[in-house]
Amino acid sequence: MEIAVISGKGGTGKSSISAAFATAAENIVLADCDVDAANLYLLFDPSHEEEAVYIAGHKAVIDYDKCTNCSLCADYCRFDAIETVNDRVKIIEVSCDGCFLCSRICPVQAISMVPNDRSRMYAGSFRKGKMVYGRLAPGEENSGKLVNMVREKARDIAEENGIDTILLDGPPGTGCPVISTITGVDKAVIVTEPTISGLSDLKRAIEVVTKFGLEALVIINKADINQSMSEAIIEWCSGENIKIAGTLPYEPLVLNAMISKMSIIEFDENLSISKKIKEIWNNLLNN
Amino acid sequence: MISIAVASGKGGTGKTFVATNMFNALLQKGEKCHLVDCDAEAPNSVAFFKATELRRNRVTQPVPVIDTSKCTYCGLCHDYCNYNAIFILPHISFIQVITDLCHSCGACTVACKYNAISETDVTLGEVISYTFRGEPRITEASMNTGVMSPVSVIKKAIRETDDMSGTVIFDAPPGTSCPFIQTVARADYTILVTEPSPFGLSDLKQSAETLLSMGKPFGVIINRSGTGNRDVYKYLEDAKIPLLLEIPFRKETAELYSEGKLLSDSDNVFSEQLSETAKTIAASYGNSGNKR
Repeated sequence: MEIAVISGKGGTGKSSISAAFATAAENIVLADCDVDAANLYLLFDPSHEEEAVYIAGHKAVIDYDKCTNCSLCADYCRFDAIETVNDRVKIIEVSCDGCFLCSRICPVQAISMVPNDRSRMYAGSFRKGKMVYGRLAPGEENSGKLVNMVREKARDIAEENGIDTILLDGPPGTGCPVISTITGVDKAVIVTEPTISGLSDLKRAIEVVTKFGLEALVIINKADINQSMSEAIIEWCSGENIKIAGTLPYEPLVLNAMISKMSIIEFDENLSISKKIKEIWNNLLNN
Repeated sequence: MISIAVASGKGGTGKTFVATNMFNALLQKGEKCHLVDCDAEAPNSVAFFKATELRRNRVTQPVPVIDTSKCTYCGLCHDYCNYNAIFILPHISFIQVITDLCHSCGACTVACKYNAISETDVTLGEVISYTFRGEPRITEASMNTGVMSPVSVIKKAIRETDDMSGTVIFDAPPGTSCPFIQTVARADYTILVTEPSPFGLSDLKQSAETLLSMGKPFGVIINRSGTGNRDVYKYLEDAKIPLLLEIPFRKETAELYSEGKLLSDSDNVFSEQLSETAKTIAASYGNSGNKR
């Protein structure tokens, strides 16, 4: 079974809850799909068993020995990535989308495409099973393809080791990497918080999840920060026929747990939040 | 004018909290200020203001349409497409555009020797303008769900503010990939909002590295100070990154925010700190001629 934890809004506690799920489980493959801001390895310190290069697209480079400065490339570029600076055509690296068109139309073959090869995927073991995570090099395109690579690896490892459950910690938002995270999973858990922004982002996240034919399960984290907003979210969900997987209290010790490199369940399994997370996890596995 | 992007590697550190309150604080001072919500995948800055919708501009991108009566199934368009957005089976004369994968680079139209490819527009999202206190002061980038990348919508929203005077604040998208880059690339200065936690520090490092590699000036606001540990402070000191402001953690702040209220409306000291921070930045980095 594959279970993805996502959130429209960042900072709702998604990764802390994923970490707690991972430690409530007995034997698991944990896939950190938040490749833009991978954090779970900080808590679990996985062993370094495998590493693979991820090519995050290409960037155009001009060979000025060949370039005749005709600027035909600039006319064709739709990403505003080629400009004339001090009478010289120049690639604006942050704008280049890597489409190859300039390199194809250059009459003197002065443009080559260089792969962005600084991003990595890692796989190893941690105290509750196996772990796979991606780290996107700063500034490189998060196309969701690295997420796919992480997920494929997680599936291979699960099969090789006879592990039934894969837990995916997804990125925030609703774009391409989120879609790559939830495509084909068995359950999508959306973590929200009782704030105005939380509710509006929850609606967007649900839209994406249902667009892909999945059932959304909602966790309201820090529910007691605004009780009436929590109730409003529950009421809205019931009107839309969306299941609430559970509500969790605001627990300042989650931060202490993080600093001690532990999930909240490992930190103190007798806290009410720890018990609730375990209960939600067991329901996810058994229903 | 000066444009300030308020960003954070990690989500939920209080980026929108800082952006909306800074905007509000400058208005309280009678300063000219405009807010652009660039978090097109999860826009919600507007919810904090009693703003009235002024207009909506659709953001579209051109995608190829293939005229099968002219197509020879030579496959050159497929070879030119670097995004696998053209699916072709020449032996059974089948060709299809996969719109979701198309980046609108135009390579296929250049490739086609038979004039079989034209383009049509698909909608990616909207740029919505709002009036607040009688003047157009807020712009929101909003991407449709199911769309792959918010970049075009963000660029269009920012472009609408190009000729403005005063202070323009961008509420940037989280992360450090394309949407973040395209926002901070167009700002004169970037404020990174972080929190003193291990996750916060790890994401701050990633954002700081990105801005350093781009050569963009930036400083840091630590939100929820008094919680967590001192590792973020040590990192800022070692890396010589300016600490602009600390916002202490108070449960009441979180409660106010959850109700959609602005702390700067009730806390004069906080309001003063934010407007001073913005003014100090404007004095050093305003009118820098940053190409936007």
